[in-house]
Amino acid sequence: MATTFVKIATVTLASSQAYVEFTSIPSTYTDLCLKMSLRGSDTADYGTMSINGSTSNFSSKRLFGDGVNAQSASRTDNLLIGFLDTTSFTANTFSNVECYYPNYSGSANKSFSIDGVIENNGTTGVQIMFAGLWSNTAAITSLRFTHATANFVQYSTATLYGISKS
Amino acid sequence: MATTYEPIATYTVSSAQASYTFSSISGTYTDLVVIVSGTCSAGSYLTFRFNADTGSNYSTTELYGDGSTAGSVRNSNNNYMYIGAIRTTQSNILSQIQNYSNSTTNKTVLSRTNNAATETKAVVGLWRNTAAITSIEVGTGGANTFQSGTTLTLYGIKAA
Repeated sequence: MATTFVKIATVTLASSQAYVEFTSIPSTYTDLCLKMSLRGSDTADYGTMSINGSTSNFSSKRLFGDGVNAQSASRTDNLLIGFLDTTSFTANTFSNVECYYPNYSGSANKSFSIDGVIENNGTTGVQIMFAGLWSNTAAITSLRFTHATANFVQYSTATLYGISKS
Repeated sequence: MATTYEPIATYTVSSAQASYTFSSISGTYTDLVVIVSGTCSAGSYLTFRFNADTGSNYSTTELYGDGSTAGSVRNSNNNYMYIGAIRTTQSNILSQIQNYSNSTTNKTVLSRTNNAATETKAVVGLWRNTAAITSIEVGTGGANTFQSGTTLTLYGIKAA
């Protein structure tokens, strides 16, 4: 039987870099799963997603808790706030992020799910969920996550998996 | 190498329907994953029923954010497991059913719902029955219908 959950590619940063990216994503899978371990090089806890080089036609609903408050917010752009560990937080600690893109190569608009956690032995810990939409019916062939103001640091990783339903 | 994550069944809706049942689920896996991606005729709960049990044996607790409000809701003693939501715009619901095939514990489900127009939510569900799960009816609670193009896929995960 063909393997269902397949690693497509992995990126491990040997030095700071402004983005992590996957290109030439084959259309042969059913869903995509992207798992990342990230830390930023400044105090910004946010970044952007682009799909197929496009930064437009994004929207999202966000739910997050920080150990004191639970809040929800909406956006109509590709900015993802609160998923990134920063230099303000415990050293040598990286956020844990999973993104899931069902039917990424189909002909419908692309709905996706993002879960992220940042836990620090201090005053800040965050659990965050995004419901996202890229209002574009094109198949996803590339994904890029870009730090908003600086870089992802050395040892940040991102691995893209393809999941096949048959 | 043994395969760990396997597709069990998949279904694509060709004409509007209120539910779809994964039946004759093998007991050889450890956990199950259900992925639903698509739209509904109207905003609706996404529901599970296990082994055709229509009794008031389902409960859920959900955490949701609708873009302005964060909140939590409980449902108890229902005859459906209200495990997520599916809307008229593109939604995806990712559900995990751990340890589904044992005959000693009640069955729990962890689910994420995503719709950028309406909400993101995390739901935990309980089916108060120790039977192994052999079928899953995925539905809308009866009132509304999955629209053409909606896909429902079941995966099995093996621990060894």
